[in-house]
Amino acid sequence: MRLTTGIKAGAALAATALLAAGCSAGSGDAGGTGSGDSSDAAGPVELTFWTWAPNIEKVVDLWNADNPDIQVVVNKQDGGDPAVTKLLTAIEAGSGAPDIMQAEYQKIPQLVSNDAVADISGLLSDDTAGHFADGVWNAVTLGSDAVYAVPQDSGPMQFYYRADIFEKYGLDVPTTWDEYAEVARELHEQDPDKYLGTFSANDAGWFVGLTQQAGASWYGIDGDSWSVNIDSPEVQKVAEYWGGLVEDGVIDNKPMYTPEWNQGLNDGSQVGWLSAIWAPGVLSGNAPDTAGKWKMAPMPQWDVDAPATGAWGGSATAVTSQSEHPEQAARFIEWMNTDPEAVQALVDESGLYPADIPGSEDALSDPPAFFSNQKDFYEIAARTAQTTQPFTYGPNINVAYSAYNDEFAKATEARSADAFVAAVEAMQQVTVDDLVNSGFSVAE
Amino acid sequence: MTEPITQDAPDRRAAAARRPASAHVLELPPSTEARRRGGRLLGRHAAPWAFLAPAIVLFALFLAAPIGYSVYLSFRTEKVSGLGLGPGSRQEVWNGVANYVSAVADAEFLASVGRVALYGLLVVPVMLGSALLFALLLDARRTRARRFGRIAIFLPYAVPAVISSLLWGFLYLPGVSPFYWVFERLGWSVPSLFSSHLVMFAVANIAIWGGIGFNMVVIYTSLRSIPSELYEAAELDGASQVGIAWRIKIPIVLPSIIMTFVFSMIATLQVFAEPTTLRPLSNSISTTWTPLMKVYRDAFTRGDLYSAAATSVIIAVATFVLSFGFLRLVQSRAFGQEER
Repeated sequence: MRLTTGIKAGAALAATALLAAGCSAGSGDAGGTGSGDSSDAAGPVELTFWTWAPNIEKVVDLWNADNPDIQVVVNKQDGGDPAVTKLLTAIEAGSGAPDIMQAEYQKIPQLVSNDAVADISGLLSDDTAGHFADGVWNAVTLGSDAVYAVPQDSGPMQFYYRADIFEKYGLDVPTTWDEYAEVARELHEQDPDKYLGTFSANDAGWFVGLTQQAGASWYGIDGDSWSVNIDSPEVQKVAEYWGGLVEDGVIDNKPMYTPEWNQGLNDGSQVGWLSAIWAPGVLSGNAPDTAGKWKMAPMPQWDVDAPATGAWGGSATAVTSQSEHPEQAARFIEWMNTDPEAVQALVDESGLYPADIPGSEDALSDPPAFFSNQKDFYEIAARTAQTTQPFTYGPNINVAYSAYNDEFAKATEARSADAFVAAVEAMQQVTVDDLVNSGFSVAE
Repeated sequence: MTEPITQDAPDRRAAAARRPASAHVLELPPSTEARRRGGRLLGRHAAPWAFLAPAIVLFALFLAAPIGYSVYLSFRTEKVSGLGLGPGSRQEVWNGVANYVSAVADAEFLASVGRVALYGLLVVPVMLGSALLFALLLDARRTRARRFGRIAIFLPYAVPAVISSLLWGFLYLPGVSPFYWVFERLGWSVPSLFSSHLVMFAVANIAIWGGIGFNMVVIYTSLRSIPSELYEAAELDGASQVGIAWRIKIPIVLPSIIMTFVFSMIATLQVFAEPTTLRPLSNSISTTWTPLMKVYRDAFTRGDLYSAAATSVIIAVATFVLSFGFLRLVQSRAFGQEER
């Protein structure tokens, strides 16, 4: 009895010691991921880069081979949301943040507001802004003189549809939203199992893109105050339009990215998808049986004389406020996102649609394998990308997004156009209340 | 962790015996050489602390400190000034009880509490009733394949809640569910379990499916410890098997049933994994469907740790009050017999 007790107590003590050791080792590591150990100006600088883009390390290798003095180490992250949570925790803790951070466009105001990313406007060459579409550049400057990141890839939206099914039912590709509604109605009448699309209450980023196309910008900076324009005529117009289609039952009301939706893409009950330039990757993964049957067209338009589109997804690269080598970091991110060789590698290795306009013309020639039947895929993409409308994200876009999930879930379940408009009003209320509560100054 | 105390017990009992000042105990020679030679007092006081130290350190580091920090956070908040864009535009300040006030005044929080109450009324009786029934059936003398039955009923408990929610999610979605495929062939029109009226049953079903096994094993184990003489006596008196179950088995295993009830109640208040996993599949589950989902949303989607901490403290206190309140209420009935 005494012996076993002794052993147990000893084991417990040992475990405690191990835990303590684990804690200190952990904090040591966290410190090491910063650049504290190589602050000596003479030696080579090591920069840490948090990213989740596939195969991005092959692009970084190109830089490392040519720049022995500025070595970049890739640290793979799970994705946009967890990486931001981790970064904000490190910023709060005062250490542990990387030098360079991949950031989705909608997260930039939140990162700036938490003082997580540095203003690198003075560290970039003057012609950097000229590489990008105005709407994209606006997302990294927040409309100010500061530059908080360099755009990497963008997600201009297009309309993806099953060309074979369109042919079978004698449908024309819609060029306006009126025609889209018409086609949706006609298709569903001919085969009640089929839908031209679904309104997904799960994908706030998708709805942002649709309203962006209609000319909405959910936030604005008005002197020293934020303005929230979610409940604007443009957003109401989009909500009412989709609410009407869902109310009539000609558009599905189930969320995207569910097993059921995948099945629908695969078996042809989802005939169209309003998506972004990365859609071929999703379709080839979720609906592998439909290779060669899809085609892409520009988004249906509100005004055919002023073609426009929105963006869904895409990210930029930022220098964090904890980096001790912002100059070197800025040089690297400028190279990665604007140098022709790097942009080509972003396309070939990571499968991104680069935000850099001059580089992407050369880098994108052959259509993606899943769309090998559509030779002009990237021509249409480039044409639509230039019509991406400017859009401003706000510091609590996360709150607006989760309000979208809840309010539009209710509205799509209720299947009524009035509920869609009410959802927009509720989102505005929740978002403004949160800003005011946090102490932001908000313009009425 | 209780080992050090048991180890020390004989010593303490001896000390207690000494206290009545009965002379012959005092005259007993000290047990070991070491103790007589000195440091006896110090040794006696230090040893228990040394043995307790690991438990105390672990408790303080991983339980008390985080709880204390959460309580501290729940009285704080972050205030932004102006556009909130420049460095230093965010400041953590004291917020009094404002986080608590807004938590209890929040309609979404109250709705989630109501939902969880309904969910508990659905899950706990069905789950414990089935667990008791299965335990009694397994315990019945004529039951065949007892081992297989026990493992088969227990197995769902071994499936993590996230996995089982995904599996059931597939079965609930009419587009991919084999059940709905059959219903369609039979010409039945069965509404989707994800519609707003039925989603409660969809979630409850997963919890019941996963929870029966564990509770059955607890009740079954306590059934097996009943001495068989009791049954023999009952049979001699002409009791039926149902009579034995009702009048002997259930009263004897009542403490186990009460324990499983308390566990189930706590699990109900903390329901999170099932609705969170099902949420993306359905329009009927909001991000604040249960109180813990609201805590998660506040902390990780909205980045408001302070409100999340206040809501967590409220949930913790409610759990504590409900569990101990219930135990107090039933203690005299369930455990009183032993003392009587």
